[in-house]
Amino acid sequence: MTFRIAFKALGRNKLRTGLTTLGMIIGVAAVITLVAMGHGAQSLVEDQIKGAGTNMITVNAGNFTMGGVRLGSGASSSLTADDADAIRAEIPGVQFVAAGTLLRAQVVSGNQNWYTRVQGTDVDLPLIRSWATRTGSFFGTQDVASAAKVAVLGVTVNQQLFGPDADSVGQVIRIRNQPFKVVGVMASKGQGMGEDMDDQILVPYTTVQKKLLGITHVHSITVSAGAASETKRTADAIAILLRTRHKIVPGQEDDFMIRTLEEMADMRTQAMGTMTTLLAGIAGVSLIVGGIGIMNIMLVSVTERTREIGLRMAIGAKSRDVLLQFLVEAVTLSLIGGGMGIAVGFGLAEAMSRWMSWPAKVPPDAVAMAFGFAAATGIFFGFYPAQKAARLDPIEALRFE
Amino acid sequence: MTGLAAEPIAASAPVISVDGLVKTFTVGEVKVRALRGISLDVQRGEFIAVTGPSGSGKSTLMHILGCLDRPTSGRYLLDGQDVSRLSKDALAEVRNQKIGFVFQGFNLLARTTALDNVELPLLYSGSGPRAADRRARAREALTLVGLADRMDHKPNQLSGGQQQRVAIARALITNPTILLADEPTGNLDTRTSVEIMAVFQRLNRERGITILLITHERDIAEYAGRIVTCRDGQIVSDHPVRHRRVAVEELRALPENPL
Repeated sequence: MTFRIAFKALGRNKLRTGLTTLGMIIGVAAVITLVAMGHGAQSLVEDQIKGAGTNMITVNAGNFTMGGVRLGSGASSSLTADDADAIRAEIPGVQFVAAGTLLRAQVVSGNQNWYTRVQGTDVDLPLIRSWATRTGSFFGTQDVASAAKVAVLGVTVNQQLFGPDADSVGQVIRIRNQPFKVVGVMASKGQGMGEDMDDQILVPYTTVQKKLLGITHVHSITVSAGAASETKRTADAIAILLRTRHKIVPGQEDDFMIRTLEEMADMRTQAMGTMTTLLAGIAGVSLIVGGIGIMNIMLVSVTERTREIGLRMAIGAKSRDVLLQFLVEAVTLSLIGGGMGIAVGFGLAEAMSRWMSWPAKVPPDAVAMAFGFAAATGIFFGFYPAQKAARLDPIEALRFE
Repeated sequence: MTGLAAEPIAASAPVISVDGLVKTFTVGEVKVRALRGISLDVQRGEFIAVTGPSGSGKSTLMHILGCLDRPTSGRYLLDGQDVSRLSKDALAEVRNQKIGFVFQGFNLLARTTALDNVELPLLYSGSGPRAADRRARAREALTLVGLADRMDHKPNQLSGGQQQRVAIARALITNPTILLADEPTGNLDTRTSVEIMAVFQRLNRERGITILLITHERDIAEYAGRIVTCRDGQIVSDHPVRHRRVAVEELRALPENPL
């Protein structure tokens, strides 16, 4: 019965009901949209990691701090191709190993040129990354052994130098004025762990060592463990092996840095989660503002309807009836706002993923949370005005002008 | 007494029986004695007017008789039940079951049809009747006050007199023991006032409804069968009306209100 009374009362002032609800709609919609965006971004990262394979381990030469001197990764020259061979030979559970060398260079083809990453690597890389060629094929062991001037292009590079969808296999490009024969073009891989996988040229690491940089060490070694569950153990084993090989005494810091993809993924997911929480928190503030709006309008409503309250009491409404009526009105306002806010939030999330190619996904628990929070806001901010109404003295209330 | 419907139990059990009613308000440091010992019996089927100047205590008396307030001391039997020491919630229930209020300012819910307004008290009766039954009773009550053709009108579509009739119908819907009218004609012009008094007189005569009318206007009080006059918180006179006015007859003599 109380619900009927409350709904009728709300229906009597539709404009006010609508405007009050608007505050809640905006608050709830903001929370839903932002959580959906954060959630979508998170799942995107997760997908990328799955694509890259969670069993991947990278060893970078150098460490952030070495003997008190802060250095970036790749700053040490102690990591060598022999280390890669040792990892392959001595550590059980290692599946594929690829030594890596890196430089950035202007690459030229005819009258086109493009500044990109030239990644020296080994034949195992496509296997580690589960990455196929679009046309042509990856270079082979013979190319690595002979430091052949062959190149496999990422799709972006291929597009910049030869045009979209062009088949560049057999063409010649120039890196640091040296001719390289294009033997393949990789399939599109997209963003992977902070770098555009498509915007690079893959060449044998030996070629980079001997023909481009004139070095004998490598910058990194990429390893894949036999199974995702083996990753951590394999990474530890590699660390021990490298410390022995590099004659690092106990207490001394590593001159290399080992990262598993899982760690990196965790870090990024975590950062993303923090961001989502932060944004949702900010949006949550607007929910509270919406709640205050409800409280405000309920207080006005109680004052305005003092005589009505007096009358209701005179004809037999108990304090509890009046309290419930106003509480139900407040909660109804917040729930209508919550419901519509969820709908708007879904719409915005959908629009985001459709037109801004942001994979916004509304998680089900966010809907439940937003709805619950809206109801709680209604009860919390509705209670004081309702109590004020319930405590009115019928005689005073009837006299109120 | 004239104009009373025959009520077999009238003599034995008064509807209202108050004895030594005292009400003291504390306003800051000052104690205001609004009622200083009022004793009064109202028989079933009576039409009684309580009158007196402002400050005489008639409003306070009305509030206590209407179970909106409790006396400081004294006893109040309503329909044989002692209601002078009941809790607030219990009083609300008594108001719902036994008392029908008619106020000076009508106090109808705005933007609400006459039917919905009349139904309102039934929404607060604990084991209230079903929706269809409520409707039927509201229609019946509105027909009783002559508003059968205005049931779906909202207060702003009704004249003052019609609004007051809706209020009377609302007061009647619970079949109360007593109808309490607090200055019911205070906001109405002369002819409309007489019309409303005609409604009260008819309800009293034909339905045997007990009516307690609070008014400061002597001529309005003379439509009742008995006048109780208050002054300074005490009853100074209590007598039957010798030349009782009959509203229906007077209406014939009065000119029609221009619409």
